[in-house]
Amino acid sequence: MKRNFEVHGKERLIAGLLLITACIAVAGVLLIVLFVFREGWPVLMKYGPLSLASGKEWQPTSHEYGLLPLIVGSFYVTLTALILGVPLGIGCAVFMAEIAPNWVNKVIRPAINLLAGIPSVVYGFFGLVILVPVLREIIGGIGFSLFAGGVILAVMILPTIISISEDSLQAVPNDYKEASLALGATHWQTIYKVLVPAAKSGITAATILGMGRAFGETMAVIMITGNTPLVPHSMFDPGPTLTGTIGQEWAYASGEHAQALFAVGIFLFVFIIIINSLALLFSQKRVTS
Amino acid sequence: MDITIKADKFNLFYGDFQALKGITMDIYARTVTAFIGPSGCGKSTFLRSLNRMNDLIDGVKLEGCITLDGVDIYEPKTDVVALRKRVGMVFQKPNPFPMSIYDNIAYGPRIHGLKDKSKLNEVVEKSLVGAALWNEVKDRLNSPALRLSGGQQQRLCIARLLAVEPEVLLMDEPASALDPISTGKIEDLIAELKKDYTIIIVTHNMQQAARISDSLGFFLLGRLVEYGATESVMTNPRQKETEDYLTGRFG
Amino acid sequence: MRVWPKMTERLAFILLWSTALITIGCLILIVFYILREGLPSINWEFLTAYPESMGREGGIFPTIIGSLYLTFVSIAIAAPIGVGAAIYLTEYTREGWIVRIIRFGTETLAGVPSIIFGLFGFAFLVTFLHFGFSILSGSITLSLMSLPTIIRTSEEAIKTVPDSYREGSFALGATKWTTIKKVVIPAALPGIVTGLVLGMGRAIGETAAVWLTVGGALQLPVSIMDSARPMTLHLYTLAAEGISLPRAFATASVLIIMIWIINTIAGFLMSRFSLRLRA
Repeated sequence: MKRNFEVHGKERLIAGLLLITACIAVAGVLLIVLFVFREGWPVLMKYGPLSLASGKEWQPTSHEYGLLPLIVGSFYVTLTALILGVPLGIGCAVFMAEIAPNWVNKVIRPAINLLAGIPSVVYGFFGLVILVPVLREIIGGIGFSLFAGGVILAVMILPTIISISEDSLQAVPNDYKEASLALGATHWQTIYKVLVPAAKSGITAATILGMGRAFGETMAVIMITGNTPLVPHSMFDPGPTLTGTIGQEWAYASGEHAQALFAVGIFLFVFIIIINSLALLFSQKRVTS
Repeated sequence: MDITIKADKFNLFYGDFQALKGITMDIYARTVTAFIGPSGCGKSTFLRSLNRMNDLIDGVKLEGCITLDGVDIYEPKTDVVALRKRVGMVFQKPNPFPMSIYDNIAYGPRIHGLKDKSKLNEVVEKSLVGAALWNEVKDRLNSPALRLSGGQQQRLCIARLLAVEPEVLLMDEPASALDPISTGKIEDLIAELKKDYTIIIVTHNMQQAARISDSLGFFLLGRLVEYGATESVMTNPRQKETEDYLTGRFG
Repeated sequence: MRVWPKMTERLAFILLWSTALITIGCLILIVFYILREGLPSINWEFLTAYPESMGREGGIFPTIIGSLYLTFVSIAIAAPIGVGAAIYLTEYTREGWIVRIIRFGTETLAGVPSIIFGLFGFAFLVTFLHFGFSILSGSITLSLMSLPTIIRTSEEAIKTVPDSYREGSFALGATKWTTIKKVVIPAALPGIVTGLVLGMGRAIGETAAVWLTVGGALQLPVSIMDSARPMTLHLYTLAAEGISLPRAFATASVLIIMIWIINTIAGFLMSRFSLRLRA
């Protein structure tokens, strides 16, 4: 009887320990929120979130912390990345799920995994040594631009978009495909009238996750967008981003400036939470339907 | 009677496994032909060969020929898409698209180029009437097809097929996933449809085959063991294996 | 009448083929260009010597050690936590509010940008806990970042273990934990290890988060409280401050090769795993 109790006690202890490990991820999120907000709160309160978000001047040396240039910059690079990356990624996913011969997929899959694994700083480096000079040749200017950042980000978000879209295309029941073909539809008609619509919520989730990745990326962006703290007039201007500004300035920022960078972090965090919740919403819809 | 489909020494292999062995048969226009036999005997495989749905499976090899109105459907220059439009298929499990009832039926005509709204409405109604579903769904054509009952879904799939005006309907155990009442409705529908269509049906259910078919083919281990008028095969089988199967000695 | 759909289909398929070719093209362009410029400078000395004059001369030895040090410590922290969490989520609980909160936490963590992790590590570990710029601060930050990957892959691996294994063990009178320890984990191990290897890949490639937590001292880290400069950060410094492009190319090449090796190992493990489950 005693032995039995010991066994039982040990089992409960282990279950408790495992529950603790499972809660660490949640604790991590809470700690991140707590500490980023704790540091950024004073500046956020002193200047007010709205006037920070609409301020056009980012001049930490004269205590001006307008985030508008950074927000506009982040949206420009993200938009460019989506415009270029989404069609390419979805096309590639459809290709892999539907028309690629087996051996081709055997080549592409590891290639996409490698694309996903290449460190962001290497992408940034490539952008710095190749893309920036090329753009300088083609469009003139200094080459460093939000557009250049967006192009590199487009490549970086491809693996996310491709793998999630492909998964959701593969998850479409084969019945739909057979039914459509048996009605005399061509393979392509079947793809774009039945398969892609059926995988729509997964593809949307993929796109939003790609958007989150692009919005939150730091190193690649910092190396190629130029980071000039002015409201950018066009995509082809150099410009700052939320992430890039933190990366550029954290090392020498102190006092209120450092707190302002944490406030930038708060904005970034809130945007990302919104984006990711949208993605979660769509991927849950996929599960329930 | 006109012969629509003719198979001649047709062999099919999945890799090294021979799934169909020398199938030779004539199928007559505007009749119901049923294939019976134990699971894995090749009846469904043969059915799927008739509109080349087996093309979708990797590693399939074929020998011999199948002709539709005298034309070899496995010729290299055959337009598979056009073939499937003429030879449509209803599957074991109802498989409506995740769209509205209307869009399911309109899918076929639309991909074949019909855009005119009033003509589409006409086709949708005619097909649903043809599949004996119109009265049940006419008030909710825009609701999702997946909300229909299993039996209604299967009739919707038949209606969807009728909308592309095929000549031959292949049915792969269309009632096996349905309750007895829905099954009865499908059987009545088949009896009605054979006035205009050539129907080939695979079934597990011998009573069903007896009720609805004109000709009966018995498959075993990839061979067509016996084929003839349903009544004579049922009451007076020529082969011992057929008799054993019909009397329930195996299968 | 059938000509038009046929043409559309052909056109569409050409487009789809080209999206795949462009994707692969991007990869080939990046990898080959960097390797072409970088490989010639890589030799034994480059890998084993200390850098001189900010990295303009000499090798990258301390940065390789820095990267590996960070990676292994972070995996050592994250592995037990991540695998434990995966076991809890798959074996100990049904879908309920606790699971939903945990899953929401993991999903959120997976989406947090690395610079935010950096800010957090800087505020909490470096400053608040007085860990300073150190391997310890960096590793804890990295371990938090790789948790979602490890939890997800471990969960998937554990879910593929057939229930018959568990029933077999229970039927012999084994307790739940014994069953997990002796039957479930061994069966899921290759899948779990794949997750850990992928987590290592992420840790080696990470820059922003380690920058804000490890500092960037160009020295050989010995103690866990030492600051260090991992390869990624070294590459950034070399390139962004224009110290030496050839060295930057060489460092980038080493990074790419390391990631490629890690991916190959992960792919190999994964295929072995799925083969075994099929058998």
